[in-house]
Amino acid sequence: MRPSATGEMTVDVSLRERARRGLDLDSGLTCRVLEAFIRDEIEKFGIQRAVVALSGGIDSAVSCALAARAFGPKRVLAVLMPYRTSNPASRGDAETLVDQLGIPSTVIEISAAVDGLLGELDEEPNPLRRGNIMARARMIALYDQSEAFGGLVVGTSNKTELLLGYGTQFGDMASAVNPIGDLYKTQVRALATALDVPAAIRDKAPSADLWVGQSDEDELGFDYATADQVLYLLIDEMYAPADLIAGGFDADLVHDLQRRVVRSQFKRRLPLIAKLSNRTIDRDFRYPRDWGR
Amino acid sequence: MQDFRLALAQIRPALGDLEHNLALHLDYIERATTAGADVVVFPEQSLTGYFLSDLVPDVALPRDDPRLDPLREASQRIDVIFGFVEETSDHRFLPAAGYLHKGEFVHVHHKVYLVTYGLFDEARDLAGGGSVRAFDTPIGRQAMLICEDLWHPTTASIAAADGADVIYGLSSSPGRGVAGGTHELGSAETWRAMNRLYATLHVCYVVHCNRVGFEDGVNFWGGSEVVGPDGEVLARAPDFEEALVFATLADASLRRQRTRLPLRRDENVTLNGLEFARIAAQRHWRDDG
Repeated sequence: MRPSATGEMTVDVSLRERARRGLDLDSGLTCRVLEAFIRDEIEKFGIQRAVVALSGGIDSAVSCALAARAFGPKRVLAVLMPYRTSNPASRGDAETLVDQLGIPSTVIEISAAVDGLLGELDEEPNPLRRGNIMARARMIALYDQSEAFGGLVVGTSNKTELLLGYGTQFGDMASAVNPIGDLYKTQVRALATALDVPAAIRDKAPSADLWVGQSDEDELGFDYATADQVLYLLIDEMYAPADLIAGGFDADLVHDLQRRVVRSQFKRRLPLIAKLSNRTIDRDFRYPRDWGR
Repeated sequence: MQDFRLALAQIRPALGDLEHNLALHLDYIERATTAGADVVVFPEQSLTGYFLSDLVPDVALPRDDPRLDPLREASQRIDVIFGFVEETSDHRFLPAAGYLHKGEFVHVHHKVYLVTYGLFDEARDLAGGGSVRAFDTPIGRQAMLICEDLWHPTTASIAAADGADVIYGLSSSPGRGVAGGTHELGSAETWRAMNRLYATLHVCYVVHCNRVGFEDGVNFWGGSEVVGPDGEVLARAPDFEEALVFATLADASLRRQRTRLPLRRDENVTLNGLEFARIAAQRHWRDDG
């Protein structure tokens, strides 16, 4: 703090500037760590292949490009899983990336599976339920391809979505290893540029693509760039919501984001186990996942 | 101090697999010996892996355990500094750095500062040590510290005041901080600054041996290095990759630098002792009050 011309104390670096700097990424270094992460954490299990659900969006494009760098293109399978209401342009964008990376790909339409399930329901489910059913149908197809191709599932959920709970548990959130789960959306965008992800993928509005015209930012009610700054300051820098509001961030937005993080905590943890014994899994029976590896 | 050739073994241990890691040690020791090194140093918990949690009692061993015999045997030809978890006769488990020379432990340092914050949870599974000592070897007087010990500058001060010409820091340092601008991890930047600072201000050699590889998604960044008494980096292993790198540590460098900058001569150990004793007594009184 230092006195300003009027004698008031001012913060040397504004919170926005602090957030901007904190979200600024060394892309080269990050790629290096993430490629090694994918290779190391999968090879430990005696496997040198990966499968990635490729939607045509930026997150899965980045995960896919990182996996292709980690194992070489022939060992990464892109799985495209459109539903009949998915935007056709998404599939086109995904195919452009597949061609650019030179990786094998397969297309599994989920329309029949999803519509079959929907047809069994007594009522027309709301968009959230429909979206969850599609996400979980994709998970089933993806894990089947994991077995068929002999590769582990590389995840595509970024830190923003994970913190907000903006994803389907046991659906698109399911993976074996997730290289981008500690990167905010803003940082994924920067990494996409460094990885030469096609501009068409980088520039379009983020969408879960459950129906044509769906937009993450419309649905959430805020833009990712601002949300990432708030989340970065709350989570990474451990500022209190009041600090952010005093620093000029919109109070409603800060409270909304904070509420979303708290409410979705269950999605980021394993199901609760009722404790009975002296040694309960994940409570006091604690072994690393890389046990013996 | 005798001039000597040092080998930094920047390895990637398997988590909780003693047998695998022992074989890895013997391989690096063999290569270091063949290359003419006098001392080879391994990272923190090099024999066990780092994020052990409930694996601690499975991999901890007393220093006279026969499973260490191959390392003792290897130390007939080269001094071996390695990291393990020592089990005491009363069954406490302590992170340890052992110095083996001609088949015997010259010294074992127990990590004083266990890390229990952020991503670390050591105090749940491990007990901390209670001393920092320099020790004599045929090469000269040396000291070993383990990772978090070095984040408390007093440990290096004690080691230097106790006469160590070489301070070894054995680490399993997780890489974090990928902000733009520096082209290195935030954790690496801090470590490099610390190594240079300790070497320069204590006018001694600082040897930092860090591991590589991943455990449960956490990367260890490597970048092991030897810093001379003038703060110059004499050898550095690459980041993220397994490596065996060498450096020669020379008494002449210590003499020259201590002549130019006699900080060690002027260090007022008596003052430090008295003031710390006073502060400790007052704090004890305050804590109880």
